[in-house]
Amino acid sequence: MITKEDVEHIGWLARIEISEQETVEYMEKLNSVLEYFGQLDELPTEDIDPTYHVAEVYNVFREDEVEECLPQETVLVNTENKQDGAFRVPKIG
Amino acid sequence: MAKWMSVAQVKEKIKESSAEEVTARYLELIGKSKINGYVTVSDKALEQAKKIDAEGHDGPLAGVPIAIKDNISVAGLPNSCGSKILEGYIPPFNAHVIEKLLAAGAVILGKTNMDEFAMGSSTETSHFGPSANPWDLERIPGGSSGGSAAVVAAGEAPFALGSDTGGSVRCPAAFCGVVGLKPTHGAVSRYGVVAYANSLEQVGPLANNVEDIAVLMDVIAGYDRRDSTSIESKTEYQKALVDDIKDLKIGVPKEFFGEGIHPDVEKAVWDAIHKYESLGASWEEVSMPNIKYALASYYIIAMSEAASNLARFDGTRHGLRANGENWHAMVSKTRAEGFGTETKRRILLGTYALSAGYHDKYYLKALKVRTLVKQDFDKALSKVNLLMAPTTPNPAFKIGEKIEDPLTLYLSDVNTCPINLAGLSSISVPCGFTDGLPIGLQIIGKPFDEPSVLRAAYTFEQNTDYHTKRPPEVA
Repeated sequence: MITKEDVEHIGWLARIEISEQETVEYMEKLNSVLEYFGQLDELPTEDIDPTYHVAEVYNVFREDEVEECLPQETVLVNTENKQDGAFRVPKIG
Repeated sequence: MAKWMSVAQVKEKIKESSAEEVTARYLELIGKSKINGYVTVSDKALEQAKKIDAEGHDGPLAGVPIAIKDNISVAGLPNSCGSKILEGYIPPFNAHVIEKLLAAGAVILGKTNMDEFAMGSSTETSHFGPSANPWDLERIPGGSSGGSAAVVAAGEAPFALGSDTGGSVRCPAAFCGVVGLKPTHGAVSRYGVVAYANSLEQVGPLANNVEDIAVLMDVIAGYDRRDSTSIESKTEYQKALVDDIKDLKIGVPKEFFGEGIHPDVEKAVWDAIHKYESLGASWEEVSMPNIKYALASYYIIAMSEAASNLARFDGTRHGLRANGENWHAMVSKTRAEGFGTETKRRILLGTYALSAGYHDKYYLKALKVRTLVKQDFDKALSKVNLLMAPTTPNPAFKIGEKIEDPLTLYLSDVNTCPINLAGLSSISVPCGFTDGLPIGLQIIGKPFDEPSVLRAAYTFEQNTDYHTKRPPEVA
């Protein structure tokens, strides 16, 4: 069971602001889903390898060659918040 | 001009009249739509068609219109993913599948409605509101590619592209009475498709018949080095369209006919299996004991991958940006304002499943269960060529019926998500009706065995008439 404090902590980790009232709502809905997930506990999996990906491809490499990419002004076209060819954001701390 | 046309009929029409006239006809139908299937209609479609008329084009889809799900980047058209957080974002580049379509001469009609970031089975989580099911306007079309399925069923596009992470092409195909294919993972490049869960999702076609699915696959499939999960394959899809299944062995996994299945759905699917038998195929029941754990495993993995993928929507480069006194506050407020409730739930659950102390209990556990599910499929498909089951246990539900309870909604994916966990190929074809609502038969094949899947689907279509039925409310 996750608590109100857990929801607040996950909200911070995921960088999603959650209001006091929403915290309670999320706690209830999230707990019902987590309870459903708990059914996996009944299945023994100690000796089973995890499957991260189904395709048998590993470390796909290519030659390190310079290729054409989108021009800088095109990359910046979807924001008003730009300066000197960079995205502008508020200071971190 | 007929309202519902196959791609072959559209091409014939273009020859008789022009690409411009055909495109104009579809735009007229879209203008009168009752289903909210499109979120953007392209203002360049007519221009594109005129260009093909003027200059000629020898591509396999010269002048043929198509609808595109709103999470597949088309340069110059909004790509909202059904979300407020991408408001105003216009991708400056084309997805790999769009490059392929344009090279083949296709005309992009517009972008179709979807559950926000493909998270849902009804289109109700879309920022633009739900689309309607053409068979009953009070019902959902399925999801998440609900807009694509609905416009194809309503005759507002001959065919469309969707994406399928846990059933998002096959579920709406079943609910709207059209054909929808989830290709083998790696068969179609995901470059330019907004990622939800990389290890599970594939772009897939939706159409009114199996042949058009194969036509589209021959255009969009193939290796692309910009997608690191892309796999080289020489599959020829249209060559698989053979009306003969005499050598075919079908497996029927009883776990896909579980508790809560609608009796008419169960009957329609068994009728379809017996139809195959009458055409010379053989069938046997197979058991897949770990399938009952697939849904939980699927959702943990999908949510975990989503939590990571959706971190990129932080107000920095595109779309919505809220005001905040520092970077953390700006990002937290932007995401609070921009994401809908279901998307937030999945990000929060995925973040939790990956967080310190819970990673092994949820994420790692789900990946191990995935191995067991995959082993079940490997074993079953070593004895038979294909598996057959209902695409969804029930027909389309009413708008608003399930949206409040996430678990009930997740259950819509119970028969489709195991296929994504195992990376298999799978198609949904119309196989009957219950109270005027379509039912889908799901045909499942080994990785890159789309030829067997398509051959079985094509043979069924040649010997039944479900795919010729049209929704009366939009006729």
